[in-house]
Amino acid sequence: MQSPEPETVVTDEDTGTRPLLSVEDLQTYFFTDEGTIKAVDGASFDVYSGRTLGIVGESGCGKSITAKSILQIIDNPGRIVGGQVKLSSNGDASKNLLEMEPNGEEIRSIRGGEISMIFQEPMTSFSPIHTFGNQIIEAIRLHSPLDKEEAHGLAVDWLRRVGIPSPEQRMSEYPYQFSGGQRQRAMIAMALCTEPRILIADEPTTALDVTTQAQILDILQTLQKQNDMSIIFITHDLGVIAEVADVVAVMYLGKVVEIGPVESIFSSPKHPYTKALLSSMPTIDAAPRERMPSITGAIPHPQNRPSGCSFHPRCPSYMSDICGLREPDLVSIGTDQQASCFLYGRN
Amino acid sequence: MLGYLIRRLFYAVLAVWAVSIISFFIINLPPGDYVTSYIAQLAIQGNIIGAEEAESLREYYGLDQPSYVQYLKWMNQIRQGNLGFSFEFGLPVNDVIGERLVLTMILAAATIVFIWIVAIPIGILSAVRQYSIWDHTFTFFGFVGLAVPDFMLALIMMYFSFVLFDFSVGGLFSPEYVTASWSLGRGFDLAQHMIIPIIILGTAGTASLIRITRANLLDELRKPYVATARAKGLSEWRLILKYPVRMALNPAISMTAYILPFLVSGSIVVSVVLGLPTVGPILLKALVAQDMFLAGGIILLIGWMTVVGTFLSDLLLVWADPRVKFEGR
Amino acid sequence: MESNPVEQELAPEIEDIVEERISVASQRQLIWWRFRKHRVAVVATALIVIFYTIVIFADFLATNVPADSEAFRGLMPPQQVHIFDGWKPSPHVCAVTGARNPITYQKDYVTDCTEKIQVRLFARGYDYKLFGVIPTDRHLIGLSDDTLRPEDYIYILGTDKQGRDMYSRLLFGTRISLTIGLFGVALSLVLGIVLGAVSGFYGGLIDNLIQRLVEIVRSIPSIPLYMGMAAAFPHDWSILKIYFAITIIISLFAWTDLGRVVRGRFLTMRDEDFVTAAMLSGASQRRIIFRHMLPSFYSHIIAAATLALPLMIIAETTLSFLGLGLRPPAISWGTLLQDAQNVQTIALTPWLMIPAIPVILVILALNFMGDGLRDAADPYSN
Ligand SMILES: Nc1ncnc2c1ncn2[C@@H]1O[C@H](COP(=O)(O)OP(=O)(O)OP(=O)(O)O)[C@@H](O)[C@H]1O
Ligand SMILES: [Mg+2]
Repeated sequence: MQSPEPETVVTDEDTGTRPLLSVEDLQTYFFTDEGTIKAVDGASFDVYSGRTLGIVGESGCGKSITAKSILQIIDNPGRIVGGQVKLSSNGDASKNLLEMEPNGEEIRSIRGGEISMIFQEPMTSFSPIHTFGNQIIEAIRLHSPLDKEEAHGLAVDWLRRVGIPSPEQRMSEYPYQFSGGQRQRAMIAMALCTEPRILIADEPTTALDVTTQAQILDILQTLQKQNDMSIIFITHDLGVIAEVADVVAVMYLGKVVEIGPVESIFSSPKHPYTKALLSSMPTIDAAPRERMPSITGAIPHPQNRPSGCSFHPRCPSYMSDICGLREPDLVSIGTDQQASCFLYGRN
Repeated sequence: MLGYLIRRLFYAVLAVWAVSIISFFIINLPPGDYVTSYIAQLAIQGNIIGAEEAESLREYYGLDQPSYVQYLKWMNQIRQGNLGFSFEFGLPVNDVIGERLVLTMILAAATIVFIWIVAIPIGILSAVRQYSIWDHTFTFFGFVGLAVPDFMLALIMMYFSFVLFDFSVGGLFSPEYVTASWSLGRGFDLAQHMIIPIIILGTAGTASLIRITRANLLDELRKPYVATARAKGLSEWRLILKYPVRMALNPAISMTAYILPFLVSGSIVVSVVLGLPTVGPILLKALVAQDMFLAGGIILLIGWMTVVGTFLSDLLLVWADPRVKFEGR
Repeated sequence: MESNPVEQELAPEIEDIVEERISVASQRQLIWWRFRKHRVAVVATALIVIFYTIVIFADFLATNVPADSEAFRGLMPPQQVHIFDGWKPSPHVCAVTGARNPITYQKDYVTDCTEKIQVRLFARGYDYKLFGVIPTDRHLIGLSDDTLRPEDYIYILGTDKQGRDMYSRLLFGTRISLTIGLFGVALSLVLGIVLGAVSGFYGGLIDNLIQRLVEIVRSIPSIPLYMGMAAAFPHDWSILKIYFAITIIISLFAWTDLGRVVRGRFLTMRDEDFVTAAMLSGASQRRIIFRHMLPSFYSHIIAAATLALPLMIIAETTLSFLGLGLRPPAISWGTLLQDAQNVQTIALTPWLMIPAIPVILVILALNFMGDGLRDAADPYSN
């Protein structure tokens, strides 16, 4: 089962090691009555120890489904139909998470243990009828031999670290008694209390006001440094990405169309879609009253994905002889950037 | 929470009052007043009552006064625990109803327990294994269960137990226990006899509770908090039982309040068909004979019972769902 | 091209109406597409159509006057219709002879196929008026005129105790039971829509009051109340009077479900853009309710009404079965089933149970149909 290792383009200077988590050609489809929806269709990226990978893309491009696929928590009628998710363990062997039995013990020890996840909707991501303490203690005890009291102590400690006042008392409260920002903090506490190696944060700040957003990002970055944790940060807010990410992956219709270090992506985007995304971002020095440029056309429904390069109907640099006919592969541009566009070679 | 409880209690009291008004209305529906019928009834038995005595009776019931006075007099009597006199049975209504009311309550309560025990696991199974053979089978039986009227189910059960087992369903006690006083043996005998009535009465409720549990659980299973719990590494069954099932139980509890009136209605009809010694057959007899104090008394008491039962399941909901406490503040 | 000012003024209005029609039609079409996918619901709907056809053509389908009794043929078992006589097509039923059993005093019937009674399609029978206007005496099946002897008879589903034809009675029972349901639903529809709409549209105190009323009505067991009220009907009331009285009583308690559906829709819709737009543009409230809001969910109302119909039918059937609803000589499913009240009858004369079959079929079909409609009207409700 030798699959060609993708070129390691983004290397960690200190170690030059293998990635901690490597997603290769992930495909997750939804089989609905109306047809098959290819929510994720060949996404590839690597995550390195202590670094943050940002995933950006418009709504519906498959960011959340990619994240859920890593942990295999896709709802019916979705199924992961192809690809690999390799997690390197402390030894040198790496495990393919997708080969594990779904909901088996092995994958469950990774969920919430080695890889934790923070969800998009802080308001509904907690059970409304269990106390917050109940839910966080459960998370701790699933992955450690602590008894109830020790777990309680640890939970209180984590609540304090994420900045929730009087945590002792809040442990016995219900989620509806928390504000949105507090819930998101609590969510972070619950995800981090097991000291995971990787944290997947799916739009952790989208629902929050700017001040709270900044505080949450701060907390995440502090904790990342303390634990040398990797973060996969999903968002459609390029401003946030610029602030937190080391490497950025741009997704379009279930595919990673460009990936590279954050500076390169922002200073010299290669893929026309990335360029369009960046130019639609409001900047402070933009002339007042200047119309914000936006990407022409609407995102196609994932069910009738355009043939060839799926961006071609909206692409300003569309080439009629190839773009609508063949699908481009990710190709290296420069030392550490990759984009899937025929502008950079027609292999 | 206190606010919620007070509001519920207030509605219950309101319903109690509405039931009493309706019962009083029913008592007064037949033409002619009670005393005239009473005198006529006594005359058939050979007792002639003098005009004076009739007049004092009229006064006693306030028949010469406006109806709200009559209502108040009636309510006052009931407050003293006196439901009036049944001339069909020649006994005070209290004595006629007595044990039958208790049996009606036991039957309704047992049916609710039956519905819960059967419907909740099936509902969970149907939702978790959506579109499986089990799901389709139960869904179909659910529809049939809802469609067949209670009395018809009773007839069909009677027919099959007679044809197949040569066993005639009926009554709630074996002959040797009918008039015996309560004992362990009598209770056991009652339990045995109740099985078929419970199944008949519980079918429709079970069917709708299965549907409700299934639909709610399917809803809950799609909620983000389930994904959160999964992402924690919780095992699938533990997760389902701890979170979405707990959530799906809340509608099931409110549902109980909603089925209770139907159960009581159904028990009356089923009791008539199967000849169960509940208030059902007596009510029918009283209505046919226009023995209105008996009929009105029965309607009043089962109405009140239902209201109390509904109130109790409201209480259960407060205990089960912390959000109710919060919202009702 | 010249056009007078009035026409010019009307033009946008007309456009409006046309546009509305298109959007309504496509909405209807969407619902129909979704409904069609629901196979069981489609089959159920076909069944309901058949039953209501029976309601219309009960006279034409009947073989005997439902009220006519032949005392010496009481409790006769069903006669099977044979289409062939040997190999020769010759539709007939076999003669049935009865004799009183000297020990049990029951009548024992023996089918005697040596004696054949000829039957045919479109036979002459008793006089009636088709659709209540066209006088005729043709019936779908009946005794063949050419070979008719005065002593011939046909009882496809047997007879009841008084020797009345179960088959014809069943047809007429279907007529009554299915129409009483319709009237009941129409009546509770009016109550439900008015109260539900008022409740949902105005909200606040009125809503609160009406909701409390619904809750109280619901927390009271209905059958004892129906019984109590039905028992008080004077014995000298005509069938028609009792029929309407029963319908009214049932509707008084059955409107709550419909009311809830309507209210829920109104509550969600009150905040929707097109209603806000209509309010801002100064349309009157009545106009908003009846022109804008009701049409946008009449499919929900139809679904709810379809689901309410079986409850009506069950209520009527149960009441009549207990002897408190329609009373003989009125024929309904409930009064027919009254004859099947005890085990002995059921065991000895099982054909008296036959009316149970259409009851179950119709109620089941209406439930499936209503469910299909509801899902089609609102695919996201479940
Ligand atoms: N349960 C489901 N059934 C069918 N299709 C689904 C389901 N969940 C997601 N999809 C499809 O998968 C695609 C990707 O969804 P995903 O949630 O990953 O988007 P996203 O990139 O996270 O968008 P957002 O920024 O809005 O969160 C969507 O187009 C959606 O249509
Ligand atoms: Mg998402």
